[in-house]
Amino acid sequence: MAEIEGGGGGHKKGGKPKGKKMSTRVDFTPMVDLGFLLITFFMLTTSMNKPKTMEINMPVKDEQITEKDKTKVKASQAITVLLTENNKIVYYFINETTGEPETPVITDFSKGGIRATLLTKNRELFEKGGYKNFDSIPIYKEMYRMNKIDEATMRANISAIKNNKDGLIVVIKADDKAKYKNLVDILDEMLICNIGRYAIVDITDVERDLIKTAMATINK
Amino acid sequence: MPKVKVPRKSTSVDMTAMTDVAFLLLTFFMLATQFKPDEPVQVNAPSSVAEVPLPDVDIMTITIANDGRVFFAMEGQQYKEQLITKMGELKQIKFTPEEVKSFSLMSSFGVPISQLKQLLALKVDERGQFKQNGIPADSLNNELADWVWQSRLVNNNVRVAIKGDQETNYPVVKQVISTLQEKKVNRFNFITNLTTESAE
Repeated sequence: MAEIEGGGGGHKKGGKPKGKKMSTRVDFTPMVDLGFLLITFFMLTTSMNKPKTMEINMPVKDEQITEKDKTKVKASQAITVLLTENNKIVYYFINETTGEPETPVITDFSKGGIRATLLTKNRELFEKGGYKNFDSIPIYKEMYRMNKIDEATMRANISAIKNNKDGLIVVIKADDKAKYKNLVDILDEMLICNIGRYAIVDITDVERDLIKTAMATINK
Repeated sequence: MPKVKVPRKSTSVDMTAMTDVAFLLLTFFMLATQFKPDEPVQVNAPSSVAEVPLPDVDIMTITIANDGRVFFAMEGQQYKEQLITKMGELKQIKFTPEEVKSFSLMSSFGVPISQLKQLLALKVDERGQFKQNGIPADSLNNELADWVWQSRLVNNNVRVAIKGDQETNYPVVKQVISTLQEKKVNRFNFITNLTTESAE
């Protein structure tokens, strides 16, 4: 290692005072040590991934809106998803002819659970509407990634599919025992299953009873 | 035969290049680091596939702890100064310039406005011990609604982000959402962690 030589500039007898040549090399090791120490510190404290967000639009809360003004949902397109305790989901469809709720089904957030139901039902509705493009969202995304289409085109195409009027409409209701995680999870399923039309609605007493009876059957 | 002389090589290595790299990295990390503001409560956000990043400016964050306490935070020092003055006028509490300054430097808080003076009087490192019971958000005394409303008056472009703990009970979240709806905030964000899961 290079060293700084101390005590330079001694006088020689008789001669001119000559400055002793000092080495210009400095030992960098402690500096490097310090540098790496600080790097380690900053690397450990930095959180690179920023938190992500999920955007929610709620309807305007206005007492002036009467029953008559509210959007009517076609029974065949709607599914009501009830969230309840222990990460369970109870969902039911409305029978088209009678207008009565069909037998509720209990499921959960696993891959074969609510997601499978939503995907199948949505595809079914799309095909019934004569719309064949149900599975093209990943294709559009891939085309965007390969720079074949620009971002605006991709977004327009995807939102056209998502908001297609033949698609599934999901009514989300959570009871008092549900957790916040369940709400986010079901909204996540909306993203994954490409469902553009969904709403978070307050639960009714009828549906509370419905959950209770449905849960009682599996606990037996 | 004469001995083969092995020339002695110096063992010292030139450190300059290594120092350069080290300090380059150091500079990068220093600039990239954002120190997390100390939160009064630890919240474990649920995960989702949403990929929209949270904006840094013009945002207010409503944190909901797993025991149902509600905390409020707003970005921007100048906005916070105006916010507390306005809230003081509304609730007829006079805040001193020191308290206003202290509030503008505070990140997230969760006390009723009547206790805010006590909290502000404490030193920053002592605030952790102060028991924060959450901002009242029920229908009887909805201070959260006032905070949200005043924040919107102070900063027009402000967006609302809700950061809830996974295990928060739904009624608390519902209460916060309906508070927002009452104050005509119909578009807001849920803060989530990213997972990589997609439809098959």
